[in-house]
Amino acid sequence: MTFVRVVVFSLAVLLSYTLFANIVPQVQSSPPAEETVDVASLDVAGLVAWGERLFGGKGTCTLCHNDRGRAPDLLAIDLGTEFAARIADPRYAGKAKGLEGAAAIGAYLRESLLDPSAYVVPGFGKKGSNDSVSPMPVVSRAPISLSEAEVDAVIAFLEDRAGVEVTVTPPAEAPPAPAEGEAEGPAETAQAAIEKFGCATCHDLFGSGADVGPKLVGVGERLGRDGIRRAILEPNAEIAKGFEPDVMPGDFAEQMRVSELELIVDYLMSLGQGGQ
Amino acid sequence: MRRGPLVVLLLALAAAFLLLPDLAFAGEPAPVPSRADYPTVGGMTGRPVVWALAQMHLFLAAFVLAVPMFVLVIELTGVLSEDARYDSMAREFMRISMAAYALTALVGGGLTLALFVFYPVVMDYLLRVFDGQVLVYALLFGLESVFLYLYYYSWDALRFGNRKWFHLSLGLVLNAVGSTLMFVANAWVTFMMAPSGVDSTGAVTGSIWQIMRGPLWNPLNLHRFLANIAYGGAIVGAYAAYRFLSARTAEERAHYDWMGYTSNLIAVIGFLPLPFAGYWLMAEIYAYSQQMGITAMGGILAWLFIIQAVLIGSILLAANYYLWCGLGRTEGGRRYTPFVPFIALVLVGGFLVWVTPHTLILTPEEVRMLGGTRHKVLGPLGIMPAKNTAVNLMLLATFVSFQLFRRAGRIATVRWAWAGNAVIVALYAVAVANIVGAGLYGYVTPTVYKVGSSVPQVATTLSVIVFSLLIDGAMNRGAVRREVHWGRMAVRSQYALFVLPVAFTWMMGLMGYIRSSVRTNWHVYTIMKDASPDAYIPTIGDAGNAITLVTVGFMAVIIFVFWLTQLGSIKQPAPSGLAE
Repeated sequence: MTFVRVVVFSLAVLLSYTLFANIVPQVQSSPPAEETVDVASLDVAGLVAWGERLFGGKGTCTLCHNDRGRAPDLLAIDLGTEFAARIADPRYAGKAKGLEGAAAIGAYLRESLLDPSAYVVPGFGKKGSNDSVSPMPVVSRAPISLSEAEVDAVIAFLEDRAGVEVTVTPPAEAPPAPAEGEAEGPAETAQAAIEKFGCATCHDLFGSGADVGPKLVGVGERLGRDGIRRAILEPNAEIAKGFEPDVMPGDFAEQMRVSELELIVDYLMSLGQGGQ
Repeated sequence: MRRGPLVVLLLALAAAFLLLPDLAFAGEPAPVPSRADYPTVGGMTGRPVVWALAQMHLFLAAFVLAVPMFVLVIELTGVLSEDARYDSMAREFMRISMAAYALTALVGGGLTLALFVFYPVVMDYLLRVFDGQVLVYALLFGLESVFLYLYYYSWDALRFGNRKWFHLSLGLVLNAVGSTLMFVANAWVTFMMAPSGVDSTGAVTGSIWQIMRGPLWNPLNLHRFLANIAYGGAIVGAYAAYRFLSARTAEERAHYDWMGYTSNLIAVIGFLPLPFAGYWLMAEIYAYSQQMGITAMGGILAWLFIIQAVLIGSILLAANYYLWCGLGRTEGGRRYTPFVPFIALVLVGGFLVWVTPHTLILTPEEVRMLGGTRHKVLGPLGIMPAKNTAVNLMLLATFVSFQLFRRAGRIATVRWAWAGNAVIVALYAVAVANIVGAGLYGYVTPTVYKVGSSVPQVATTLSVIVFSLLIDGAMNRGAVRREVHWGRMAVRSQYALFVLPVAFTWMMGLMGYIRSSVRTNWHVYTIMKDASPDAYIPTIGDAGNAITLVTVGFMAVIIFVFWLTQLGSIKQPAPSGLAE
């Protein structure tokens, strides 16, 4: 009898842990899907938009460049002033030294992506390195492994945010085609569509906490289905109070399938219905 | 024959093996596996099989390696105190471990087979990298077996005098070999997380020592070393509790009560510094790759640390509850019972802070109800400074429980006892102020220094433990000892000793899942991608279910081991007519 009691008690303890593991939010993390981009057809705006998606997606930049203080919050600070000040810093002795304007910022950005320790922003160096070693990985190497074209796109995005002329030009050659099975098909759920187009990078969706774009709770009540469609396809037609124009990519009409657009619209409409 | 030159030659060979780069494969990059490189057996992919076998092997190996460590200490205590009870208990612990040893090797063999069947390309690369180290591992395994059997079977032959010291030396060598065996195995794991001694293509550029000595190797070695002791203590505690519950005589009950108390003490001693070893490991992970650190602590795995908090909370509550029940073993213990509710309050309060999450995955409706993604009042309790403060206070409270039990059995007779008590109380008061103060400082310091601010907290907790023990030890010289009524324990107290191994086992499974998941979709981080259909991180629920299944399997194995141990002590009486 003692044996049975002990086994039943131990199993009950075990099952309580299992139950707890099953009632917390469940997320399965799949390897990042390779985005197929027709590089040859990209104009500067397309390059900037691609760079933005890379910044929040494959580049994993927002893991550290956010409001938690691990790295400068590049989506919140005035990049034009900030980059100019860094290049002018007497500690800076990198490749942008001696260059002017957009060319200097372009060179600085490329250097900081490919050789992050060339200049470390004060207070953000590895512990004990006296700001001489950056904790940032080289983005062209694993695990991030951005291609040359992708690095260009991220630079274009940051230059655009800094308010300077975009110095990189869309590459003439298309990047290697993704391996079989890696090509991305149309998203089949609203969450997949929102992940695919990087909406949660700027908007607070699925707990991302982002606040670059306006909050979307209740957006269905405010704009209706047609209004949401228009806001996605023509983001500059009407700008929410307190937000800047030209931040949201303007080429979703070319990138999204109708089914994906409708999934996102359905989801955003549902945000306004709960609790009514 | 002159042995000098031979020894020098062997040492030179060992040094060359450790320090010279592996020239045979230098310059050859890691292979790039494709989906076809991952065979299935009966429609089953490799991950569930390898996961279950690796976890089971780890549970058994942790237990088998840990037991001889504390057995050696108990045996030495028996020699120094000239109390034969220690010797007999140490031997009984070893008997349990011996029954588990063969099963550990069996599961280890199964794991190796599964790895080669399901992950041939990965194993081919790892064998290329570690090369001759595999033979060293095999040699160490052979030596471990030799010294384990020698240590156990020579127990009675080397029982007294100088022979006993020789026996203790055998135990020391056994532990040295066992620990080295674990460190060598750990190198494979840490190489896969943070490769060293290879270039960015995976080609070997360094010596085997550089390959082994990656940034996470020593933190993991320490973490597993301490965790094994706590785990081993918890498992033998369950054995003692079961024998206590099924004891038929008062002597038996007294023996197994004492054994249970000792086991709980071993588990707590191993457990107290464990969070600090965990901080070190995590700090090194962040230093190696901030991305990896954030994936573990701030990404999709963050909820696992809330589950870990629940497990550690239940371990501390169970260990403390057992110690509080133990106050009833002595007459002097009763005067300390009024402190128990306060200790419980600290433990429960600390536990609640620890389980408070920071960043949650929320539905839009929940975001609306919270008014944001973080709770306005409880949100600040979700970050590291609050959790570090909570865990340090919980550990201090646990130490108080232990200290009260120790004091219950003694009356200090030194004249300065009141001053000693005052200093100890002052130590605790300053420690609490320091821990809370450092915690508050953590809120105003940049994120990168938040973990750093836990160092003074850890130092404070450890200092209080060390200085309190020293002062108590000095105060209790020549103390009047009160009789401890071993066996005078409530039945329900023994169930606390079953919570410990269940929680430890499940937590080890959970930590294994985290450790493996931080590599995301890489076999060898940044070097070799996982192209298998299992290259995703399963949900916490799925992982929890898998861990539970393996834990149930381990429980079945341990029940078998306990049964074998008990069987070994049963002697069938001779049938009438036959001489004994």
